[in-house]
Amino acid sequence: MTTELARTPLHDWHVAHGGRMVDFAGWSMPVQYTSIVSEHQATRTHCGLFDISHMGRLRFDGPGAVPFLDRLVTRRVTDMTPGRIRYGLVVNEQGGVLDDVLTYRLQDAGGGDYYCLVVNAGNRQKILDWLAPRLAEARDVTMTDVTRNWAMIAVQGPQALELVRPVLEIDPAALKYYTGRETRIAGHGGVVSRTGYTGEDGVELMLGANKAAEVWERLIAVGGVACGLGCRDTLRLEAAMPLYGHELTESIDPYTADLGFAVDLEGREFTGRDALRRLSGQPSARTRVGLTLSGKRVPREHFPVTKDGAAVGEITSGTFSPTLDTPIAMAYVDRACAALDTKLMVDIRGRAEPARVVKLPFYRRQK
Amino acid sequence: MTPNELLYAKTHEWTKVDSATKVATIGVTAFAVEALTDLVYIELPAVGKKVKAGEPFGEIESVKAVSDLYSPVTGEVIEVNGALAGDLGVLNEDPYTKGWMIKVRLTDEAPLGKLMSAADYEKQCSEEGH
Repeated sequence: MTTELARTPLHDWHVAHGGRMVDFAGWSMPVQYTSIVSEHQATRTHCGLFDISHMGRLRFDGPGAVPFLDRLVTRRVTDMTPGRIRYGLVVNEQGGVLDDVLTYRLQDAGGGDYYCLVVNAGNRQKILDWLAPRLAEARDVTMTDVTRNWAMIAVQGPQALELVRPVLEIDPAALKYYTGRETRIAGHGGVVSRTGYTGEDGVELMLGANKAAEVWERLIAVGGVACGLGCRDTLRLEAAMPLYGHELTESIDPYTADLGFAVDLEGREFTGRDALRRLSGQPSARTRVGLTLSGKRVPREHFPVTKDGAAVGEITSGTFSPTLDTPIAMAYVDRACAALDTKLMVDIRGRAEPARVVKLPFYRRQK
Repeated sequence: MTPNELLYAKTHEWTKVDSATKVATIGVTAFAVEALTDLVYIELPAVGKKVKAGEPFGEIESVKAVSDLYSPVTGEVIEVNGALAGDLGVLNEDPYTKGWMIKVRLTDEAPLGKLMSAADYEKQCSEEGH
């Protein structure tokens, strides 16, 4: 039963520096080094470093890459200019979400275009299986799974740009939000993008697996704080970013998840479009909301949400917010109960605790 | 590290028994506190509550997860450390004295025989991979 966990190029560093290693989607990953709260606060106030090499990275080359990807993701690919990055979804024929992904249009040193898809670690094999028959039929596109050849490091927080600047050939401040480009990272080839999953400003770096430790150590040396997946979760939850397996599953459609912005229905064909067109025309039965609780007990995934004793929804993610110092959660609730300030109850292990519907995100950084 | 004069449960609670008064003081170990990290909430029973060895007497919540607190003894709660809820940091600093949770008047001493010595408990912790 025990299968060997996959290791990122930074695995030895994590172990040597007290990382509490856990199985995350088949990868041995640090959940924390010191404490979730202190790593969370380091990212909110200074700069956190995250090894996200477990994320799946798929590269698409060839003149057929654009039409192929445009049929694959809910977001239009055909009008992406070089350097653009878009959040989108891969959905099945019924409109259920298979994964949420970032699509990158990049250029190599010679000006040649290629595309990257960054997928969730836990969905990488599923997406590869989804792609295989489609690639077999597609023309002029080759896909390479570069997950193991490349490492990925997120540098996040108010000091992130300043901290990362010395290792980059380009000025990261010159990159607009959700754009990226090839550059030299500590002298080695890589990609930098103005993206992240924490609600803070920052960048994500893709670089050769064998260069990851060197770059990581340099960022640590100038004050970056190593952060585990524990605070990655509390940070993204405060920022109300969905996490696959929680807010997103194959039985959730993009409109229920309040991700209609990530669906371009008009003037294009993609898998699941007809289903999504039907769903877009009517309000979903349930919708994603944010909840805060006045007590200290923390709502967790799958806890029932009730109103006047009747089940009206379910928690998808919950934690104790280090920034707000209160329990917070995202939930799917009946549309009739989704208005701001609606008073609901969360059944926390058999005891109903009062909750209130609040505006998402829970945390928005000062710009 | 692990005080020798206390008894330990597999579920990481410690017990100090006053043999004259038959009162047991109960808390959780430093190992447990470190494993939990980022404590946010504790719920302890009211005075007068009957507790039974091996059954939950309260819960402790961290940012990441909630854990039941299991009573190592059987009896009636006669005192509760009410200050703990307001300052969970005490559990990090001093889990074995200031961090006590409840005092229980024993009604059955048999469950004490199932508890471990400090040496055996440390052995269990090292096996759990500290």
